[in-house]
Amino acid sequence: MPLLEIENLSVEFPSQSGMVRAVDGVSITLEKGEVLGIVGESGSGKSVGMLALMGLVPYPGRVRADRLSFEGRDLQTLSDRERRALIGKDVAMIFQEPTTSLNPSFTIGYQLNETLHIHEGMDRKAARRRVIELLEQVGIPAPESRLSAYPHQLSGGMNQRVMIAMAIACNPKLLIADEPTTALDVTIQAQILDLLLSLQRDRGMALILITHNMGVVSDTTERVAVMYAGQIMEQRPTQSLFASPQHPYTAALLAARPEASDGGRLATIPGLVPGLHDRPRGCLFSPRCVHATSLTDSVRPALHPWMDGMIRCHYPLGDPTRDERIAADRAGTAVLERGTVS
Amino acid sequence: MTALVTATDLTRSYEIKQGLFRAPAHLQAVGGVSFTLEAGKTLAVVGESGCGKSTLARLVTLIERPSGGTLTLDGVDAVDPPASAVKTLRRTVQIVFQNPYGSLNPRKRVGAILEEPLIINTKLSKQERRAQALDMMVKVGLRPEQYGRYPHMFSGGQRQRIAIARALMLRPKLLVADEPVSALDMSVQAQVLNLLVDLQRELGLAYLFISHDLAVVRHLAEDVMIMYLGTAVEHGPKERIFARPLHPYTQALLDATPGLGRKRQRIVPKGELPSPLDPPKGCVFSTRCPHVTDLCRTQRPPLRPLDGRLVACHYAERFLDGQAA
Repeated sequence: MPLLEIENLSVEFPSQSGMVRAVDGVSITLEKGEVLGIVGESGSGKSVGMLALMGLVPYPGRVRADRLSFEGRDLQTLSDRERRALIGKDVAMIFQEPTTSLNPSFTIGYQLNETLHIHEGMDRKAARRRVIELLEQVGIPAPESRLSAYPHQLSGGMNQRVMIAMAIACNPKLLIADEPTTALDVTIQAQILDLLLSLQRDRGMALILITHNMGVVSDTTERVAVMYAGQIMEQRPTQSLFASPQHPYTAALLAARPEASDGGRLATIPGLVPGLHDRPRGCLFSPRCVHATSLTDSVRPALHPWMDGMIRCHYPLGDPTRDERIAADRAGTAVLERGTVS
Repeated sequence: MTALVTATDLTRSYEIKQGLFRAPAHLQAVGGVSFTLEAGKTLAVVGESGCGKSTLARLVTLIERPSGGTLTLDGVDAVDPPASAVKTLRRTVQIVFQNPYGSLNPRKRVGAILEEPLIINTKLSKQERRAQALDMMVKVGLRPEQYGRYPHMFSGGQRQRIAIARALMLRPKLLVADEPVSALDMSVQAQVLNLLVDLQRELGLAYLFISHDLAVVRHLAEDVMIMYLGTAVEHGPKERIFARPLHPYTQALLDATPGLGRKRQRIVPKGELPSPLDPPKGCVFSTRCPHVTDLCRTQRPPLRPLDGRLVACHYAERFLDGQAA
């Protein structure tokens, strides 16, 4: 049984002019101890999807899924009490801005204690010992003296370590890290990523790493899901995705990285991410895709198995028949008719 | 050819009040930075937060006065400029800030934003100003019909184009770009970087490019200066530094930048940036350096030439053969 199964997850928010679909039919399965990366630009729904999993989508938002289960338990039918017992214990999440996700009015010792008290029922002494142990594990020097520190007295990197300590306090089976290093400097970012990976290895914890940074993904994850406008466009093992991207969007993203430059111009993706009103009928990427045809403009491709993963594209880049089919679809119905006549 | 910008030993320190009865502390944000920059070239200043790179940008843009050192812009002394040259100096250098959401006045239309520098600095008529603004909009890839729109109607990348257009309205020779693409999405970042390259070629601009992203820097710059705690630790041509970094901090930065394709030994420096109020006595990097010795802790290494670049490390020769690195 997989640790986490998400099938056809959608999240919608009502707005003055109709429903905004932030997440659109996302399916993810995650095994125990696996590291999955979710990449996407802002507004691609990568964060909201995971918030939905945690039951943290704010009020007017509507979450729907065919299946949303963790260790075989259906998350959608859980009562609030059951959910609270699960979230923060078996599933934990850390956020982008460590300084704002900690409560500024309480010491970090108090905030860490709280988790242990609620989920593990520890008394004060035991909790204090455990807190010190946790702070040591995440690499905070002189942990005893930091217990009485407030978040504003610590640097961003230190606060992120505190967040991680809080998240792993109850030995979660799944840790979701939402842009955990975006607000941090590169050398600190490397420290935090190393820490997350060592925790994942030592405890057999599954890790979902949400990020917009392709470099971070290629260095840390085993499998990647590339999201665009609320949908997963490609989901494959990290190495093969970077070596031979199959979706035109993935390929374009990789080519646009300054890391990929040879000193000349960078490849760009023309146009913008579709908004509420110009959401295409066909493939969501078709207005910006160089390979778009009448087929991509009218029919939305389904996420289907392809090579060593999944892809949502009519013409995967590694498909030997794609040029032929694109040419045929560009020529349109004329070719079809001629074909049927002869 | 004389350089467009010559900075010698620029320093900037701030007084930090520590209460009514305590003597104020001195924070040296920039401590003795020298560089030259020629027309049409790009110098990238790289470092983590708190290393003084943005302060340096503000000094060069004349937003702040340096506490010491000299700065010459286009042959004119920029620290104490002759009264006749003040206005032209300000036209010589312009700046683009990091956050295009904060740097554009939300109550002004694009046209007004672009024309304001002309109103202040030139005697052009209304029609001429409008013509120049429209001209510049096309140059940076905006459409003329967007002239009357407000900033909130644009995406992040387009706003950064507006900010770039505004900076170029007075035809500066030097454009200081303080993290111009770090607030932008991946695909948009590439568009803005390409625009910067095109504009440089077309207008012969010099860029002082402030960034923390080594991948972007490698793509764009000719010269690189790595800063740490207010001082330059390594400074030289991009090819040299990226091929064989000689300062342990540069090595650490390159190692820590994901996806740069450098072999991963992952010598991640321990700890964090020391407080700039209480910098280490010896080498600025000595508190985090994996190769630190007693000499490093007591004596600050000077910036000295080695292997075609400047480096401030006592043991830089060790890394020349690439063994210890």
